[in-house]
Amino acid sequence: MTLKTVLLGAVSALAFCGIASAETLTIATVNNGDMIRMQKLTDDFKAKNPGIDVQWVTLEENVLRQRVTTDIATKSGQYDIMTIGIYEAPIWGKQGWLAPLDKLSSDAAYDANDLLPPIRSGLTVNGKLYAAPFYGESSMVMYRKDLFDKAGLKMPDAPTWDFIADAARKITDKGSETYGICLRGKAGWGENMAFLTATANAFGARWFDENWMPQFDQPEWKKTLDFYVKLMKDAGPPGASSNGFNENLALFQNGKCGMWIDATVAASFVTNPKESKVADKVGFALAPDTGLGKRGNWLWSWNLAIPAGSKKVEAAQKFISWATSKDYLKLVAEKDGWANVPPGTRTSLYANADYQKAAPFAKMTIDSINAADPKKPTVKPVPYEGVQYVAIPEFQGIGTAVGQQFSAALAGQVTVDQALQSAQQLTEREMKKAGYPKK
Amino acid sequence: MARKVSTQRKLVMSAIAWTLGIVIFFPILWTFLTSFKTEGEAVATPPSLFFFHWTTENYAEVQSRSDYFLHFMNSVTISLGSTILGLLIAIPAAWAMAFAPTKRTKDVLMWMLSTKMMPPVGALIPIYLLFRDGGLLDTRIGLVSVLTLINLPIIVWMLYTYFKEIPGEILEAARMDGASLAKEIIYVLTPMAVPGIASTLLLNVILAWNEAFWTLNLTTSNAAPLTAFIASYSSPEGLFYAKLSAASTMAIAPILILGWFSQKQLVRGLTFGAVK
Repeated sequence: MTLKTVLLGAVSALAFCGIASAETLTIATVNNGDMIRMQKLTDDFKAKNPGIDVQWVTLEENVLRQRVTTDIATKSGQYDIMTIGIYEAPIWGKQGWLAPLDKLSSDAAYDANDLLPPIRSGLTVNGKLYAAPFYGESSMVMYRKDLFDKAGLKMPDAPTWDFIADAARKITDKGSETYGICLRGKAGWGENMAFLTATANAFGARWFDENWMPQFDQPEWKKTLDFYVKLMKDAGPPGASSNGFNENLALFQNGKCGMWIDATVAASFVTNPKESKVADKVGFALAPDTGLGKRGNWLWSWNLAIPAGSKKVEAAQKFISWATSKDYLKLVAEKDGWANVPPGTRTSLYANADYQKAAPFAKMTIDSINAADPKKPTVKPVPYEGVQYVAIPEFQGIGTAVGQQFSAALAGQVTVDQALQSAQQLTEREMKKAGYPKK
Repeated sequence: MARKVSTQRKLVMSAIAWTLGIVIFFPILWTFLTSFKTEGEAVATPPSLFFFHWTTENYAEVQSRSDYFLHFMNSVTISLGSTILGLLIAIPAAWAMAFAPTKRTKDVLMWMLSTKMMPPVGALIPIYLLFRDGGLLDTRIGLVSVLTLINLPIIVWMLYTYFKEIPGEILEAARMDGASLAKEIIYVLTPMAVPGIASTLLLNVILAWNEAFWTLNLTTSNAAPLTAFIASYSSPEGLFYAKLSAASTMAIAPILILGWFSQKQLVRGLTFGAVK
């Protein structure tokens, strides 16, 4: 009797499985504000495209990257649309893992020429667009106007690193838990290495020379890391070696930081009075330079792409075209206001007077994005693409390992010289294993 | 026979037990409290324990964004399904090992346990490919089978230790009275081992409920249980602690309540095999 009941239960559990409708797009995405807004607006897409249903899979960035990579490398076809970074797009495009978005490039209404040139070029391989940008970002300086006034300082539109360091030290008042500058320290290729690689560009450093030889033994890297570690010791918050984007965001919003150099998307968080205690006191400036002609601002975008071999390419292209169109920007503006429109993808958005009025950080964002050049990221010539990363598959592993060394240097566990030496050794070893230099 | 315990000793012991209990429970309490804070308050330093502006907006936000009921039902199906399936296999297996051991029984038991010593990620790619080719990715049946296999060693081991405590003579007597093997297991062994089976069931439901490696890697949306529901609230850009806490509280509440009501059985079953 008992056995029978249990078996019946098991059979009915079986019957639950495998009920699916004909044309459902499964979309993998990250849990960022702009993506969540897109999920909420899906009904508009469904109304315009009857017969296509949309299913969302929201994941944390690292989990998403792992899931999506497994899926695409094994050609499992679990996702019809994937959210991928500008780092993956050219690598995967070259591998033949992504379906080219030909329909979008040739569609006059979509107007691919309106996409911001640095981002479009980062998503293009051999003249073919492999992913469409959903939002883009660069990095810039966010600073507290009130603290600058108090210290008698005036932030230039385009500051130098010397000015930033000097100002940070002047503003710091550890007694009242006010720290001059908050910078990333948490180890990871997308955490501290994004910031440090971009900063190193401003100091004239580079990851590899033209023959793919690692350059951590060069004076430019020593200067960069010395400068960063000293500055953070004098004017940074305690425990900075475990601070990433979110930790610094929380510090800044609670009024503990005089300056914060990070992603331009942070601007809408720190100026949001519902979240931020300093919403009305924030000013913006371009990422600093050292007079060598390169600013330490990165370039990143989250993009939508279709895995090669997908059976729903047509429906998927329709969705991508909807989500990255000019009309989508208008739709968000109607529902949530212009300040909440996903930034950094289209030139026309920055020409829009309503947007400029609603988003005080608009000009700084577009200038920062346009100042970044992934094909020529630093002062000296390099064999790779990417401003705050190196667009080769090996970079995730190497970047994170080097990031751990630099994070340890910030925490004082190793000296700057030791960290650089280890970074040089491990990069040389990994690159050799991966078969570089490639002829 | 119980020893006489002095009042002072009792007090010290209670104090230690309470301290340990609070230390262990504190993260859950903190998650619960954080789920009623705003995102700003959730990361504020110094944090406030009770004196903040209580709000339920995180729960509303989580409700509006994800289909809690779907994930909940998936968790129920997967954890119950895998545990019951596991018990169906493990009861006869443990019977054989406890009452009809051979020379190699100990080795078999050790070998089963040894499968738990490999980190699961070591088997991810082969299992992932098998699932892909068998069309099992993102299906409940796939997850039920993989979780059954993963928890089977624990179920067999637990049942084996309980069965060992039952005198073989009782089973023998049943056989003398003409009971078949099936009847012997169903009508004699099982009722006597109910506390053991119940605690095995509870423990494995909890283990399967909280399993976050396979459930995250082998599902996308249709079969995604509550672990995937929690994972979707972590964010690299933007504050998320309060919403994540709300999602976590909603995900652990059912299993916490189940554990609360069944703690007597759980404790009895877990100490059942110990020397009395």
